[in-house]
Amino acid sequence: MNAADTRRGWLKGAAAGAAGLWLTACNKVNDNPQVQATLQSAEGLTRRAQRLLISRKALAPEFTDADISRDFRANGSISPGDADYRKLLMGGFADYRLVVDGLVDKPLSLTLAQVRALTSRTQITRHDCVEGWSSIGKWKGARLGPLLDLAGLKADARYIVFHCADSLGGGGPNGRYYESIDLIDAYHPQTIMAYEMNGAVLPVAHGAPLRLRVERQLGYKHAKYVMRIEAVADFAHLGAGKGGFWEDRGYEWYAGI
Amino acid sequence: MPPTMKVLIYRHSVVTRLTHWINVVALTLLLMSGLQIFNAHPALYWGQKSTFAEPWVALTAVERGDKMIGLTKVGPLTLETTGLFGFSGNETRGFPAWATAPGYRNLADGRHWHFFFAWVFVLNGLVYLSANSLNGHIRRDLLPTRNELAPRHLWHEILDHARLRFARGEEARRYNTLQKLAYGGVVLVVLPLMVLTGLTMSPAVNAGQPWLPVVFGGRQSARTIHFICAGLITTFVLVHVAMVLLSGVWNNLRSMVTGRYAIDVEGDAR
Repeated sequence: MNAADTRRGWLKGAAAGAAGLWLTACNKVNDNPQVQATLQSAEGLTRRAQRLLISRKALAPEFTDADISRDFRANGSISPGDADYRKLLMGGFADYRLVVDGLVDKPLSLTLAQVRALTSRTQITRHDCVEGWSSIGKWKGARLGPLLDLAGLKADARYIVFHCADSLGGGGPNGRYYESIDLIDAYHPQTIMAYEMNGAVLPVAHGAPLRLRVERQLGYKHAKYVMRIEAVADFAHLGAGKGGFWEDRGYEWYAGI
Repeated sequence: MPPTMKVLIYRHSVVTRLTHWINVVALTLLLMSGLQIFNAHPALYWGQKSTFAEPWVALTAVERGDKMIGLTKVGPLTLETTGLFGFSGNETRGFPAWATAPGYRNLADGRHWHFFFAWVFVLNGLVYLSANSLNGHIRRDLLPTRNELAPRHLWHEILDHARLRFARGEEARRYNTLQKLAYGGVVLVVLPLMVLTGLTMSPAVNAGQPWLPVVFGGRQSARTIHFICAGLITTFVLVHVAMVLLSGVWNNLRSMVTGRYAIDVEGDAR
């Protein structure tokens, strides 16, 4: 090894060492719980600012048939292996029941035909994934507001929880997908339980037989494979207590941004 | 040659100095956490939706033999960028670990850093803009005059810059035109564009302000413009720091810390 090689080796080592130190320091700061708590205080600020400045009834932009993505990406679970779900799928969802319970006056158990008979809405909207991509699709489904009114929300109901059939996080109680939204979004006119996509029956990859569309929030809020809708006063007792599968893994509960 | 003496002039107001350094921290963390977020889907598109098969920019990795090769695609061009873009530190990732916050892959944490410092940046920017609009700093010192924009004058300044011939004496009391264009362009055009394109990516803001995605030609276009502006800001900072180093690092640093900037004046002119 000549002097130049030695020097180059030393420089490379020093650069790698500096980069390593830099990364360790950065990651240490990131892993500090107080730093995390401070950073996450911005979520409350964002939610309050958006709720204050954006009308509760403001509609997400809608598009035309010509805008529909032919390559709408399916993310998260795309073919749940859960035994209960496979059984329902094999039976063409004839045995599927959408359960609506929790803090309601009249718990419901609806067949798909009954869901299809409810007040519906069709919309062509843009699906924005937290990863950064967007796809446009046409959705038809039962409006959530009238559906909840059918069950009759009790006065102390504050959130609507969606219990799903897929276990994105593996087995165990925390593996099941779930989501929650507040009553502002639950009663928003574009919030629907979709059973059709692009004019056809909702495909399995996109959440058959029923998925939530909550158009003013990011993709992970749009729970797929919804089995049960539960009205709750708070969601601290569910999963890790953050109100959703991805929320339990660090993502914001309010995903309007 | 007439005798010269050093005079300290008051160059930067306390608001400018404070907001400048807060911005250094905020923009650094916004850039690094922004690259973390970008890495979750390291591709860019134009329009409302993603055309997955044909992004106009993509950082990807492919296997060649037993080695992984990082690729950077920009339009029709494909460059090998192993170690920097597409593949680095033995993993497939858009930007390398040293450039992202946090260093390991974690979109959720990246978003926490990004939105916290987005608030810091926006509030800091509002303080800067309102104070410096009221005190006339922006109009007086940042907006170029008609004469300064004359091509002849601009060309002259470009040549001076290229020769690293910096303003001395009375001339150094004011920003030159290239400085005005760079600072004014960043402060009044690029940084506000950054905020607006950022907001355009928010689905809730799209509902409240549907004109925003229309203005930028769609959400994916807004994401692309956001990325390009990040590149412009990074370029500006690199040139800015280089100019600070070349044109008297201590004098420049002192002026941005204490506000006092030294110039050479002839005789006892004050």
